Amino acid sequence: MPEARKTIEIRVMRYRPEQDDAPVWQSYQVPYTDDMSVLQGLQYIKDELDGTLSFRWSCRMAICGSCGMMVNGQPKLSCQTFLRHLLPGPVRIEGLAHFPIERDLVVNVEGFIEKLEGIKPYIIPKQQRTLAQGEHLQTPAQLEQFEQFSSCINCMLCYAAHRYNADSRDGGREQRMEIMNAEEGVWGCTAVGYCSEVCPKHVDPANAVNQNKVNSAKDYFLRFLSPKGMHE
Amino acid sequence: MNHKAGTVRRPYVRPMQGWWRRDPFFVRYMVREVTAVAVALYALILMGGVVCLAQGVLAWNLWLAAMRSPWSLLLHGVLLYAMFVHAKSWFEIMPKTMPMMFVGGQRVAGSTITRCGWAATALVSVGVLGLACWWAVR
Repeated sequence: MPEARKTIEIRVMRYRPEQDDAPVWQSYQVPYTDDMSVLQGLQYIKDELDGTLSFRWSCRMAICGSCGMMVNGQPKLSCQTFLRHLLPGPVRIEGLAHFPIERDLVVNVEGFIEKLEGIKPYIIPKQQRTLAQGEHLQTPAQLEQFEQFSSCINCMLCYAAHRYNADSRDGGREQRMEIMNAEEGVWGCTAVGYCSEVCPKHVDPANAVNQNKVNSAKDYFLRFLSPKGMHE
Repeated sequence: MNHKAGTVRRPYVRPMQGWWRRDPFFVRYMVREVTAVAVALYALILMGGVVCLAQGVLAWNLWLAAMRSPWSLLLHGVLLYAMFVHAKSWFEIMPKTMPMMFVGGQRVAGSTITRCGWAATALVSVGVLGLACWWAVR
């Protein structure tokens, strides 16, 4: 970066479990250009100033969802956040809030992954179809019911802001209902709405959670009426 | 956590104290929740009026006099403002709490749902005021 003369202060919350009892802030002076993202600032630190800094990243273009971190206290994709918008600095960076810190900006996401696996985040077909039967056809209206929610890249910014059954091809609603009905399921949401505010993909997770409250409530009350007796 | 020999894994859990002061968004959320108390408080005041009415003329007149005191008027002003803030913040989040709605094949926009909330509030308020005015001049 030959033309980088302007510098900005980046303060990173460091945590090295082998030497730190608690996280400590460390400051770096980083030369920047107008087209540099926060992620590129961190990469400059790692390449040129301090190779011990740990952080996750992959695609650099807001697709993979790996580089989520708190930038000035707000959950952001660091590849999508530009240093020029954070002038004059300092820029405070810490690992995603509400997750345990493993090292520096790397957080432990096991809890999220377990929950994600638990809700079976894939289509469970109502009926198995053979290849000869062709593809599942959907109307534009059926697509719109879930399309925005399928844009989720699992970046977990919504988790850091606070603490996912609408596909017409899917028949797995009952299998997921037990998890959603649990107290730590959808009912723990008190409609703060910040998760939707910070979502980089306009998925609107608050709306997704609250739609499932409607489903959960229907499941609870309709079981008294259900002739099938399928619910416990 | 698995502690294999030679690896140091000590995940650090950050404290949650004062979480709602960290971001203006959370502060606005807490204001929405706190103003619900104002709504409950005014319901209690009205309930007190009903109880006084049941007890007789003397109790009812005492309650009316209490309602007309300067302190009561001040309290009414504060509670009305709190209720306005509560309604505003709830109508803003309301679209997120509802299932998707489609009218004529188009998804109903969040801003439309919020405006419907205000329209219903305006309608009911005008209705109640109209009823009160009609009662007063009758």
